[in-house]
Amino acid sequence: MNTPHTPAIEPLVMQAKGIVKRYGQVTALDGTDFELRAGEILAVIGDNGAGKSSLIKTLSGASVPDEGEILLDGQAVHFKSPIDARRAGIETVYQDLAVAPAMSIAENLFLGRELCKPGWLAQRLRLLDKKLMLQQAIARMNDLKVGIRSMTQAVETLSGGQRQCVAVARAAAFAQHVVIMDEPTAALGVKEGNMVLELIRRVRDKGLPVILISHNMPHVFEVADRIHIQRLGRRAAVVNPKVISMSDTVAVMTGAKTVDELPAEALA
Amino acid sequence: MNASKRAIPWGALGPWIALAITCLFFTVQTERFLSGTNLSLVLQQVMVVGVLAIGQSLIILTAGIDLSCGMVMALGGVVMTKFAVDLGLNPYLALACGLGVAVAFGLLNGLLVTRMKLPPFIVTLGTLNIAFAITQIYSEAQTITDLPEAMTVLGNTFNLGSTEVSYGTVAMLALYALAWFVLRETAPGRHLYAVGNNPEAARLTGINVDKVLVIVYALAGLFYGIAAMLSVARTGVGDPNAGQTDNLDAITAVVLGGTSLFGGRGIILGSLVGAVIVGVFRNGLTLMGVASVYQTLITGILVILAVAADQMSRKGVR
Repeated sequence: MNTPHTPAIEPLVMQAKGIVKRYGQVTALDGTDFELRAGEILAVIGDNGAGKSSLIKTLSGASVPDEGEILLDGQAVHFKSPIDARRAGIETVYQDLAVAPAMSIAENLFLGRELCKPGWLAQRLRLLDKKLMLQQAIARMNDLKVGIRSMTQAVETLSGGQRQCVAVARAAAFAQHVVIMDEPTAALGVKEGNMVLELIRRVRDKGLPVILISHNMPHVFEVADRIHIQRLGRRAAVVNPKVISMSDTVAVMTGAKTVDELPAEALA
Repeated sequence: MNASKRAIPWGALGPWIALAITCLFFTVQTERFLSGTNLSLVLQQVMVVGVLAIGQSLIILTAGIDLSCGMVMALGGVVMTKFAVDLGLNPYLALACGLGVAVAFGLLNGLLVTRMKLPPFIVTLGTLNIAFAITQIYSEAQTITDLPEAMTVLGNTFNLGSTEVSYGTVAMLALYALAWFVLRETAPGRHLYAVGNNPEAARLTGINVDKVLVIVYALAGLFYGIAAMLSVARTGVGDPNAGQTDNLDAITAVVLGGTSLFGGRGIILGSLVGAVIVGVFRNGLTLMGVASVYQTLITGILVILAVAADQMSRKGVR
């Protein structure tokens, strides 16, 4: 439906075409399109029931669309579970801090992907290479400038923002293509939220494109390169936060304004 | 937030302090407590509850509970002895059959918890009664005697100073060392903690939570089967009424050992200390002439106190 007005400079990393998702009588996604370009933070916003969560679920493999196709680097992909999406290099960060609180930061970073000692027997027994994991954990966290002193401390000793930084760092460390962040700052205070936003920028600057789902307009305008506005199960517009105002964005999101009423340069 | 909790690892030290106080108390109260022969007795009593507590620990670490452990052990013991004595089966084969039955019950618990999404408490309350009934029906409530030599070997002892140590106790210590190593140093061990800590987070990182749970319950069954072997070896009979106090004792041992009933926190070696505390309690109270039923009363109070302590320490964390 709505092709970007500015020519796509960066190649498309992830693309969805005509996605339909129905839950019984309810059509959550009514042929939505989606485009994520290399090296950008793309915010996805929308009112409740606009199909924002449904869209993210299909992209992260948490639900299978009824119609439409998803392309990753131009190749069609069919995710049946979040594990499939992860294997394809898409990592998701959830709002509700998906960490194991009693376990250490290093353990959380490598949870489910532990590094094992070399050698046939050690590999069979899956003996942990704790030293290597600790080294890599320190390197990764330094890389992203997350200021946490000890990687061996339990995650529960951290603040909410620091815990979310651990989750973001884990995603950034393992994602090959895309990091999806589902309301990563929703549970956090102002200062903590800013800390996570700063980290999200650093993840993008390392070359990983980020899909950011958020209700928080100031956060969206602070970090997003482009904003995908979801409305009534479709993509209403993709706008440029450097040109469009926050109130116009909200107007499009709620249907108070149509895309045609926006200046052409506001679209991205 | 709770930096002090890390500075002083009360979770790890607590059981040792409790053990020291208990031993001190009985040393003062009774003359024979510290004697070599008495310590031998404690060690032999501890080995059955100790091995049960390994299986129980694994399950409690996943935030589950197994009420059926003592009864599954009794069934395993009756099966292995009856197969050997009544059916005339090779004793080793009979032992394997007993172990198999215990593993099958563990597997059943695990499948009911994961496939049917039933709470472990209810599932194992059910299998507790099923195992108890089958044990009584199959044995006709009769003790099985005249066991072949091979079945009591683990009950034999050697001298360590003035203390007699049974081979079963050594086996128990070896099993603890193995469980401790696997939980600490291998990926599946850490996955078990993660599943108990935050199953949703574990699932999202790609851990097959149901598979971990089924394996844990089946493994626990194996430990109950081994406990059955030790129980048979120690008493020299197949006792359909075994395990009735061991059930609660095993859970008490785990909780006293500092493993949280909320899952994901605890050190397996704590359960060994917990089992020794329970053994010392029962032994000391016996020496003081306290009747068995009062010991059970005290164990009941002990487990509630330990759980309350766990609950209160968690409140401090959250």
